[in-house]
Amino acid sequence: MSVETSDAERAAVDELLGAPDSGWVGGDRSAADHHIARGGVRQAAGVRHLLLPALQAAQGAIGWVSPGALNYISERLSVPPAEAYAVATFYALLATEERPRRVAHVCEDVSCRTRGGRELFEELRERDDVVASPCLGQCDRSPAVLMQRAGEYDASLWYSTPESVVDVLEGAEPIDPNPGHFGIPQTEAGSDGLRLLHRVGAIDPYSLDDYRTAHGYAALSKALEMTPTELIEEVKRSGIKGRGGAAFPMGVKWEAVVAQGSDPVLVCNADEAEPGTFKDRGIMEGDPFSLVEAMTIAGYAIGAHRGYLYIRGEYPRAARHVASALEVARNAGLLGDDILQSGFGFDIEIRMGGGAYICGEETALFNSIEGFRGEPRQKPPYPAEAGLFGLPTAINNVETLINLPLIVLEGGEAYAARGTPESTGIKLFCLSGDVVNPGVYEVEFGATIRELIELAGGPLDDIAAVLLGGVSGSFVGTDQLDLPLTFEATREAGVALGTAVVMPFSSSTDFDDVTKRIAAFFRDESCGQCVPCRVGTVRQEEALYRLFDGPPTTTGEIGLLTEIDEAMKLGSICGLGHTAGSAIQSAIALGLIGADR
Amino acid sequence: MSDVQLTIDGAAASVPEGATILEACRAEGRDQPTLCYLETLTPVNTCRVCVVQVAGSRTLVPSCSRVVEEGMEISTDSPAVRQTRKMVFEFLASSVDMSLVEDQTQQWMDHYEVDPTRFGPAAPDSPAGARDARHAGHHAPPLAGLTETVAQPVKIDNELYVRDYAKCILCYKCVEACGPDAQNTFAIQVAGRGFDARISTEFDVALTDSACVYCGNCIGVCPTGALMFRSEYELRAAELWREDEQSVTRTVCSFCGVGCNLELHVQDNRIVKVTSPIDHSVTSGHLCIKGRFGYEYVQELGDLATTPIDIVLAAARTS
Ligand SMILES: Cc1cc2nc3c(=O)[nH]c(=O)nc-3n(C[C@H](O)[C@H](O)[C@H](O)COP(=O)(O)O)c2cc1C
Ligand code: SF4
Ligand code: SF4
Ligand code: SF4
Ligand code: FES
Ligand code: FES
Repeated sequence: MSVETSDAERAAVDELLGAPDSGWVGGDRSAADHHIARGGVRQAAGVRHLLLPALQAAQGAIGWVSPGALNYISERLSVPPAEAYAVATFYALLATEERPRRVAHVCEDVSCRTRGGRELFEELRERDDVVASPCLGQCDRSPAVLMQRAGEYDASLWYSTPESVVDVLEGAEPIDPNPGHFGIPQTEAGSDGLRLLHRVGAIDPYSLDDYRTAHGYAALSKALEMTPTELIEEVKRSGIKGRGGAAFPMGVKWEAVVAQGSDPVLVCNADEAEPGTFKDRGIMEGDPFSLVEAMTIAGYAIGAHRGYLYIRGEYPRAARHVASALEVARNAGLLGDDILQSGFGFDIEIRMGGGAYICGEETALFNSIEGFRGEPRQKPPYPAEAGLFGLPTAINNVETLINLPLIVLEGGEAYAARGTPESTGIKLFCLSGDVVNPGVYEVEFGATIRELIELAGGPLDDIAAVLLGGVSGSFVGTDQLDLPLTFEATREAGVALGTAVVMPFSSSTDFDDVTKRIAAFFRDESCGQCVPCRVGTVRQEEALYRLFDGPPTTTGEIGLLTEIDEAMKLGSICGLGHTAGSAIQSAIALGLIGADR
Repeated sequence: MSDVQLTIDGAAASVPEGATILEACRAEGRDQPTLCYLETLTPVNTCRVCVVQVAGSRTLVPSCSRVVEEGMEISTDSPAVRQTRKMVFEFLASSVDMSLVEDQTQQWMDHYEVDPTRFGPAAPDSPAGARDARHAGHHAPPLAGLTETVAQPVKIDNELYVRDYAKCILCYKCVEACGPDAQNTFAIQVAGRGFDARISTEFDVALTDSACVYCGNCIGVCPTGALMFRSEYELRAAELWREDEQSVTRTVCSFCGVGCNLELHVQDNRIVKVTSPIDHSVTSGHLCIKGRFGYEYVQELGDLATTPIDIVLAAARTS
């Protein structure tokens, strides 16, 4: 096997890591190298977190991670090659086999699937530069495609056709079919009354002036005049709960972090890979400064000086917009050592995911940043005690965080006056599937499924069922359309709000096909660490195929599916396994998919 | 250290602070099944056969890694525990060749009435290298009515040991032994994702092209026979392996002054493999290549290999 490292690969890695300073770490060997041996375990541990960015840089140079590049990265970071390979092969967006310089990832997931995605992929699948993809978080722009391009920015393609994809594969520049469109239909009609989304699509996301004119950074100034303790009190008064899926009260989480008493770190979870979810994308693309400001306030509240923003690899535009906002904010003294002359220092680093749904799970995300495989950790310990790099860590979802400026400006009590007592404030919902105007919609907590569908222009056709909370959530029937989408009402109804996906399916839907896709998703996205999920997701998919196409087993497929679901729910390490059977079980319960045949 | 009061299956117990639930159960004479746990390795809690119910917890907890807390109410035999353990064993046994697991594991599988055939007949084996080439996030749809397995040809690329990943339950023990828990060589890791995860060198290169130093410590911890001495492998293939006829002789390694204890497994007056006791204070069961494989000088065979066992052993050493 050739382990030559090309100049392009070496340059890409050096651009990230700087030039090697000795032969011990991949530089040219010199006589001096025989007299020094720096590093060792301690130094290597200090740079391991650069492994994923280095692999991404190498792949970005030539389109795949070659043995030569892997070897060079291993030397540069003192990471054993087997470990680097183990990390590289964990991520769907990294390739350790040779690939063309441009590769199209065509979404075949639940929403795109029935609006052209399936046909698009079938049309192109014979090409060696086209692969299928799970949800790309562009469900409002189906069919969606992610274009990986060596030597250039990756690009998202929307409303794709075979021709538009092939054009870009063959070298054309991707055309933005709808510039300035961030998937927020509400603001396109005027942003009156919106509190979280009012800027998205209304201002230039690159302009700090625009952001300021639209009341940006007023909250940070006010927050810096409060003490961190006051700030946390305000957040607790607001009653706000996490929007990333687990609905944990933000203020309580922060208190636990502060109680650790040592050097905490802030992490913003922008992995957003739950199929049907794209709310965080809209915010990062259309209003990136709001996230930068919110993270700065959060950092101040918990006493962190470092923040990490983990953005899924399939969001190149969001990443570019936030990166620009960070740069601009730094130059304006809004990030850095002494923010607004307050003496408070804080900065934010972006980390890109590599195509792994599981890395949205908080502890898997920490491992991913640290340069290990994105395998979740068994809890306890919880992130507040020992999170990223073993430090007390506050991790929050993008949407959760961008409520902060609002809470600071109007006060926790006023914030809590909206919504319901248990689900306070404002909520974003992701509508896609069979609705007229797919997109992100802002409402006060309490809106029903029906009201949300109406807000999105109504259903395209007769609705048979609505997928709620994403594929780790569940289907609900039409008898539930008046269910208010609050934490408490969904819990009582035995469903979950999840990531606030509301995806109606019309009565012409082939639910056999949709549930097969859901089973395939979990089979693909399981990290593989624990047996119930690693094998259970495989057996679940197989049982589903048997249910539809036979031949039957003696236990019966419905019985097997239930047993598999129970084992994954009770025995798995993390939430992926716990919820991998949920949507399928609900489809069976609603009669959307068959009885044993 | 003070003691923690808790109950196990209703019986009160007092166990040292910092102990795991598994340790507490064992101290009370209630052993639990384990696969990925070993006293000498850091718990990875991935296999989930040791799960127990702890009152107040929504999901079951791994007894091998979870530390006891005051007042814990632990059930090791509730319907949920029994059913989950049964399913975990069935998941494994339906996807992995478990024919050589330790007797204890087999007994637990019988105890839980494990029936891996419930999921249907097995799909055909994967060709050599096919599983190693899989790309994370992509898989072929199930084959009509068949259950996927990890079956694949044995990897034989050196004279000292073989890797039969058709028997691999992905317990991570070999990775830990090769890595920070013993050898610190880091020649192997878990690569890939989900069901396609596998133990691998970088780019699946042969061991001879990897960092492996043939300490054999991975073989020593493997609970399924996936990693096997070449000698044992070849004798089994020739149907000459007779464990019940073997004697085990404890001795001290003659190569250096560390004092590692060796256990020479002898059959027909031939050393057929070398291990070290897991509870030996010097080795914790781990050795280096010299103690593990450097025994040929006491039984050099060469042209003198005329008996069936000698012919097999000599052939293994030269191929
Ligand atoms: C499989 C899995 C995937 C997840 N993906 C995300 C995600 O993409 N974004 C997110 O914010 N939270 C995700 N979570 C939830 C996080 O673990 C964590 O609860 C959340 O980031 C906390 O932030 P919050 O309190 O603001 O909601 C995921 C959880 C699981 C189990
Ligand atoms: S439940 Fe699935 S995703 Fe979570 S740790 Fe286990 S194998 Fe990995
Ligand atoms: S023989 Fe030793 S060095 Fe080689 S893989 Fe096994 S544990 Fe690692
Ligand atoms: S080879 Fe053996 S020790 Fe290694 S993971 Fe597989 S079963 Fe465990
Ligand atoms: S982008 Fe295709 S389903 Fe979400
Ligand atoms: S022995 Fe506890 S999880 Fe494997």
